[in-house]
Amino acid sequence: MTMEATKYEDGTISYPGHPRGPGGAEPVETIDLSEYTAEVVTWTTSTATPPGVREPNHLAIVEFDVDGESVRAIGQLTTDGVETGDDVRPVHVDELREPGAGIREPESQEWDGYRFEPV
Amino acid sequence: MERVAIIGASMTQFGQREDEWILDLLAEGGLACLDDSGVDAADVEHLYVSNMASGEFEGQTGVPNALAHDLDAVPAYTQRIDQTSSSGGAGIYAAWQSVASGASDMTLLVGGEKMTHRTTGEATDIIASLTHPAEYKTGVTLPSFAGLTARHYLEKYDAPRESLAKVAVKNHENGVDNPNAQFQKEIDEETALESPIVANPLRLYDFCPITDGSAALMLCPESVAEEYTDEYVVVSGIDGATDTHVVHEREDPTVMGGVVESGKGAYEMSGRDPDDIDVAELHDMFTILEFLQMEGLGFAEQGEAWKLVEEGHTERDGELPINTSGGLKSKGHPLGASGVAQGVEIYEQLVGEAGPRQVDADVGLCCNVGGFGNCVITTIMEAAQ
Repeated sequence: MTMEATKYEDGTISYPGHPRGPGGAEPVETIDLSEYTAEVVTWTTSTATPPGVREPNHLAIVEFDVDGESVRAIGQLTTDGVETGDDVRPVHVDELREPGAGIREPESQEWDGYRFEPV
Repeated sequence: MERVAIIGASMTQFGQREDEWILDLLAEGGLACLDDSGVDAADVEHLYVSNMASGEFEGQTGVPNALAHDLDAVPAYTQRIDQTSSSGGAGIYAAWQSVASGASDMTLLVGGEKMTHRTTGEATDIIASLTHPAEYKTGVTLPSFAGLTARHYLEKYDAPRESLAKVAVKNHENGVDNPNAQFQKEIDEETALESPIVANPLRLYDFCPITDGSAALMLCPESVAEEYTDEYVVVSGIDGATDTHVVHEREDPTVMGGVVESGKGAYEMSGRDPDDIDVAELHDMFTILEFLQMEGLGFAEQGEAWKLVEEGHTERDGELPINTSGGLKSKGHPLGASGVAQGVEIYEQLVGEAGPRQVDADVGLCCNVGGFGNCVITTIMEAAQ
């Protein structure tokens, strides 16, 4: 299991990856963000969640530092009580929400992923 | 290029319309606009329908052709405009293009959505289906994005939580005087601050409701407008832009690039600047969005919109009245209709038909936001001279 980010020829990194990066830069390699820790940029707890999503749903935008290059990601938190500036690490979860419970076609995407756990 | 005029406008009752479905709502708005403009349906050359998701909400597709038939506007050319929550603004842009290009001498734009038969969870999920797969699987919703952004804004700029509640209070106060608004009741700051948490730090009154309704505008060349009326407005500036699909990839979460870029384009085309705007309708789907658009459009410095709201600058009797209609917050947000309804409010303000909501205005602006700033249309309208 990997939390796959994409590095582009200009050195920038994005999660998720795209066919082209900033300025039309082409992807050159993937980086597994699950090997890094990140800092919480902001967070919320959603109490009105869609079908198939846990309630409440603790969410955060976090920022990884990959050899001096920052890359952000959004993800669920393993717990409440996390604050802006806290350090977290990715923890793999087999199913982040119930496939097929919402409008998205279950076969159209993957449903496993990473939650962020306080370090 | 001849200027494009708006010669008629309409808006249905927004709210829970239990017995009406998408085709009923669109026809109601379209007929009212034909009546308001004095245009015969047979003279409509292009008919645009702004609608995000009638197929997903109701299982009804092909709505533009259905509307042309219902209005007896056949054989008008029809097209559906889907740009999520900014479908209405994108519809204004498409209608403007159809007239400005010379392709049509009379274009009817009708925006509408039927939503309230779905549960809040279902409606939220349909809207959240615009997100990237990496976002969608986390269960993030548009309200969640608002919570994430509001927290970042309040912390970054040391803004008081109460300033967001003041946006809700102001827009509810304006909605009282809009007979078509979903909510026509005032709220106080305490009520807003103590309402149930939806995506903290945001609470129930920081969010717009789920709404049924439609709105419509009639556009034509200025030379044609003069055959119908002396009281019309012209679209002096309009532009659309996008920001990243994946919201967290934006360099600064408190800056909506699509707002900045579309605003620049609209100002440049009109020859206007932020100081020229007398009244504005902003996309307050969430209270925090009113701050972000005020800053992106140059009405406030970055991180300081909340101060203007605290000072009453954006109230109906302030220097720049914002959301005199009640905004999405009070008036309601039937997705495809909202951007058109913003145009209806600015039109009514500029031709002096806003009743108790009337302000002194010659130049108005509307900003319609799709997704969480993913797609944006900014339109500047001016009273005909």
